Amino acid sequence: MTNGNVTLVVKDLRKKIGKKEIIKGLSFELKKGEVFGFLGPNGAGKTTTIRMLVGLIKPTSGQISLCGYDLHREFSKAIRQIGCIVENPELYPYLTGWENLEHFARMVPDIPENRISEVVELVGLQNRIHDRVSTYSLGMRQRLGIAQALLGKPKILILDEPTNGLDPVGIREMREFIRFLAEKEGLTVLVSSHLLSEIQLMCDRVAIMSKGKIIRIDTVEHLLAEQERVIWKVEPIEKAKSLLEEETVIIGEEDGTLVTYYEADKLSSWNERLVKAGVKVSEIRTKLPTLEDLFIELTGGETID
Amino acid sequence: MINLVYNEMIKIVRKRRLLIIAAIIVVLVALFTYAQMKRVQSLQEQLGTTDWRSQLQQQIIDTQNRLNSSGLSEEWRKFLQIRLQQQQYYLDHDINPSAPGAPTFMRMFAENSIDLFIPLMVMVIAADLVSSEASGGTIKLLLTRPVKRWKILLSKYIAMILSVSFILLSLGVISYFISGVVFGFAGWTMPLLTGFSVQGEELDTTNVHILSQWKYLLMEFGLVWFVSIIVGTLTFMLSVLMKSTAAVMGIMLAALISGTILSNMVSSWESAKYLFMVNLRLTDYVSGMAPPIDGMTLGFSMTVLAVWGLVALMISFLVFTKRDVY
Repeated sequence: MTNGNVTLVVKDLRKKIGKKEIIKGLSFELKKGEVFGFLGPNGAGKTTTIRMLVGLIKPTSGQISLCGYDLHREFSKAIRQIGCIVENPELYPYLTGWENLEHFARMVPDIPENRISEVVELVGLQNRIHDRVSTYSLGMRQRLGIAQALLGKPKILILDEPTNGLDPVGIREMREFIRFLAEKEGLTVLVSSHLLSEIQLMCDRVAIMSKGKIIRIDTVEHLLAEQERVIWKVEPIEKAKSLLEEETVIIGEEDGTLVTYYEADKLSSWNERLVKAGVKVSEIRTKLPTLEDLFIELTGGETID
Repeated sequence: MINLVYNEMIKIVRKRRLLIIAAIIVVLVALFTYAQMKRVQSLQEQLGTTDWRSQLQQQIIDTQNRLNSSGLSEEWRKFLQIRLQQQQYYLDHDINPSAPGAPTFMRMFAENSIDLFIPLMVMVIAADLVSSEASGGTIKLLLTRPVKRWKILLSKYIAMILSVSFILLSLGVISYFISGVVFGFAGWTMPLLTGFSVQGEELDTTNVHILSQWKYLLMEFGLVWFVSIIVGTLTFMLSVLMKSTAAVMGIMLAALISGTILSNMVSSWESAKYLFMVNLRLTDYVSGMAPPIDGMTLGFSMTVLAVWGLVALMISFLVFTKRDVY
């Protein structure tokens, strides 16, 4: 372990299926207490990567280490550090929620008796825990899934599409719960999603994946700030355009407005130039791009849903 | 490991599999008991006597008549001849092979269900042990625990063996008590003959000896258990290989049924004796029925079955521990 705060290290992870390489050398590190987002369109390799992290798929090459334990060589110790939900929280429908938790608790050495009631309380399922899982709503299953992931007191929580299929209230609760786990309990949470707004609201750092590669890793603020834009409402537009083009790049033009990149120290001088040249400036405002804009920019217009 | 097996047993019990199987056995045993009772009654009416010697004598005469009729296939003729000699042997030694009683019913039930009914019940348990986890997605939760994959599979295999043993035990108990109500519970110590061996068309009686029925039953149930474990292992392998429980059931069913059909027509296709499904009727060797193919013996059949079982087990473990789970 290079540093006490690093909980998950991935080095040059690759996976080949047949002759096709679907994961092309991923490397990243996750720290204690952070929520890390995996963002990418369907087929970018998010799920394959996550399945390699939890030992369901064997990587063709590369290293995965969880809290200092190598996943391949010290499987039991390494896997003990994580809790996960891969895709949907599929539990045994013919058992009750409690029996499901007992079932998984029996598979991990030394889980104390009261840990089950602890996690049930944590996810707020006390009222229905002794009902059969087949009678649960999707939101309740998702919570039971999280309860099962937290059973072994993991240091790392891996959630594949955690808000999939939840209603808006459920999504909000889940988001708050994930933030709570990271901030108050100090867990590292790895979340994958194809919903940009989700990642934007929930994560500290984001890795953007496309076609089996990570094309960018950065904090959410950085990614967004860097791409902050300025919208100019100007008249006449042609004159303003030629003046601004001498100073910066115009990235968009639509119904009477021009869009440029944001450069804090230069904005007023650009404005001065426009006004002196007789251009009527009626509005200048800055706009944060959404991750969606960013994504499309980074991947060169690859679609995302 | 005990915890893991306990988990698997809970899942089997909560899926109500064992209950359903027990219910099926109860219904079938009751059905067969009734049929058997009717048969005994009609036989008595026909012959007008309750003396088993005259009944057996009548059966021998019947068999002889059938042998004389033309249009009998070669296999069938051989089978009847051996049957005839056996019946004659029982008569000569003053032993009633079908004396009524619950133990006799148990024995006949086990003998008749060894190649289809019992394997079917075993299939109900074994077919979805692994495939249901794969199709339900719970395999992902199972394999992301700090437990090695081979241990998880082994716990499932042990659970299968325990369930199969439970099925056979309940089969014995249920058939004993239900048939006992009709035929009486006696007959444990009744002498039976075993050790017949078939040489061509002749019945070799040099090794024939008398065995109490309870010993005979124990032996037969041991063989039934062995067959069940092998069928269970094969089903288990298919369950590892395939996600769809229906496909597992379909393939096993096809194999079992083709076995009963093949047994009746493979006497000239010798290499068919290496197929597992024509070797399932192990109890026939004990009671002295002619094997479907010349040269098949109890030892041979058990070896063939054991080899099939071992290979299936190896494939299951190799595939399960190496496979990528999507």
